[in-house]
Amino acid sequence: MSFPIRVLVAKPGLDGHDRGARIIARALRDAGMEVIYTGLRQTPEMIVNAALQEDVQVIGLSILSGAHNAIVPRVMELLREKDMAGVKVIVGGIIPDDDARELEKQGVAAVFQPGTSLETIVSAVRQAAEHSTPAVK
Amino acid sequence: MARDLPDITLPDLHREPDLPAPGSFPYTRGIHETMYRSRLWTMRQFSGFSTPQETNRRYRYLLEQGQTGLSVAFDLPTLMGYDADHALAHGEVGKCGASVSSLEDMETLFDGIPLDQVSVSMTINSPAAVIWAMYLAVARRQGVDFARLSGTLQNDILKEYIAQKEYIFPPKPSMRLVTDTVEFATRKTPRFNPISISGYHIREAGSTALQELAFTLRDGLEYVDWALERGLAIDEFAPRLSFFFNAHNNFFEEIAKYRAARTLWAVLMREHYGARDERSWKLRFHAQTAGCSLTWQQPYNNVVRTSLQAMAAVLGGAQSLHTNSLDEAWALPGEHAATLALRTQQVIAFESGVAGVPDPFGGSEYLERLTLEMENGARDYIRAIDEKGGMIAAIEQGFPQAEIARASFEYQQKVEKGEAVIVGVNRYRTMEEQPIETLRIDRSAEDRQIEKLRQLRKTRNNGDVECALNTLRRAAAVNAADRKTDLSARQQSRQDLNSGNLMPPLLDAVEARATLGEICGALREVFGTYEERPHI
Repeated sequence: MSFPIRVLVAKPGLDGHDRGARIIARALRDAGMEVIYTGLRQTPEMIVNAALQEDVQVIGLSILSGAHNAIVPRVMELLREKDMAGVKVIVGGIIPDDDARELEKQGVAAVFQPGTSLETIVSAVRQAAEHSTPAVK
Repeated sequence: MARDLPDITLPDLHREPDLPAPGSFPYTRGIHETMYRSRLWTMRQFSGFSTPQETNRRYRYLLEQGQTGLSVAFDLPTLMGYDADHALAHGEVGKCGASVSSLEDMETLFDGIPLDQVSVSMTINSPAAVIWAMYLAVARRQGVDFARLSGTLQNDILKEYIAQKEYIFPPKPSMRLVTDTVEFATRKTPRFNPISISGYHIREAGSTALQELAFTLRDGLEYVDWALERGLAIDEFAPRLSFFFNAHNNFFEEIAKYRAARTLWAVLMREHYGARDERSWKLRFHAQTAGCSLTWQQPYNNVVRTSLQAMAAVLGGAQSLHTNSLDEAWALPGEHAATLALRTQQVIAFESGVAGVPDPFGGSEYLERLTLEMENGARDYIRAIDEKGGMIAAIEQGFPQAEIARASFEYQQKVEKGEAVIVGVNRYRTMEEQPIETLRIDRSAEDRQIEKLRQLRKTRNNGDVECALNTLRRAAAVNAADRKTDLSARQQSRQDLNSGNLMPPLLDAVEARATLGEICGALREVFGTYEERPHI
């Protein structure tokens, strides 16, 4: 028998629009995963620390404010610094196509834009978890 | 070719015999007898991005295009009370609105725009009192008397805890700040609406139309209770309370929502609060079409959605309106998209003919039933919140938040199952791309704002700033309960503010050129900050 997938749903930046993050968190939980929701206004440092503490396989970042080009690279950098590069990162929000491709180049496992179905997101998280490697503590 | 139509005599329309006419209490059918025939709604497009210079240019453009009022969008650091050079502002400056950290920024924002002639709405909440102080200081610099200013401050902190989550301080000191602005407006700016009690964000967070209506009205009652507690008389301030509702997809449900809102507010003001001035009874509202209904896929469909939603707001009797741009789900509106959104309103106003008739669906059995259901449902919610000890207690218990989260999740599941149709997303999808131009905010906006702040901190008198901030800290630390003056003494000096009102020290601080971040920082020290317990 396998252990449930552990995923951190995080809301970085100053934006408070958490409708999407909360729907995703609930859908992942309903799909049998163990979900930790960070709450609002988390810095990249807080998010990576929470990921380490909670020993998650996947981090989901919800960003609608346009600050993704400042926030996501910083999260990726911190994960590498802490030997957590095996933790998969998925980004959802208002992310223009060009930026999405750039984020994927930087190692983001998937970028989801508005209108994506929950089913697609749940299966992407499953897939990412399968390819993740645990953090070296 | 013209055709002869058979001569059909229409049966008498079913009308409620006691349905009062538009312009009569309880204003179900509208607050004016002739509605838009005497005065059109204000076309007020919400706009702001990048630096104050860039936004000022867009404002002048929109006014040239026939827009009749301004509506300022501030960026996230401003909304959260941080200066552009704060670490948490990194990457966010100018992204979701205009960046305003100083009085100079505010002056640039309204450069060449006479504040005694253009009404200005400002979407700012937690730091609203500070931003308003900056606005008042700009008016002073323009030589405009406060009494001639007209506009609206959103300043609705309760819906921030409930839905949009841009809060800084805990609920009680926040409510004190709101009440300070209501009192200041009542005494000094009689044509300015100090608050816009907002359902818009509640709906965008995923609520139902009924929840939007009920929570907004209950928020309104909370502000009324605090202002009365301050010693203001109901008819002194109630006429300047304004509302802000969403205009969503379900056409008749939205019209019913606006009608129910007017009816309930009028009854509550007259019967419960004993208001005697009929302006206190009339619920005036701004409407904005539903941003959350617009799609990334097939973006041109958004023009159609927006037109229908705007039509519902107009048929529902809105006093002002914002129509969203077709690129809503992609970025901040580009100039072409913003112009098309304004043109949508102009077509409705000047071509469709709907502006000629107040409440044309009034008396329709379907609409009257929907209106009544809305009224009854809202009464139940209001009662439930009262039983929890009022809106602040309900927020602390997470009640409205949980109700909205449940509604939003249920809706999303319907979308997943195809029970709720979104054209172009879960039905009638196409693979072909419909490229649109989108606005991009470059990094240099942040750099320019940071440089301006560096210059400001170097050139101003920092001793004056520190002194003004200390005065503010002291005034803020005096508990509201300790500074209630004798009401009978106050009756004699109606023009005076309560001694603890924070608007005068805020005005002094912005005029000493203290920045938004410094002022909010001082208030954070005194009031503390609020954090929501994260829950799924």
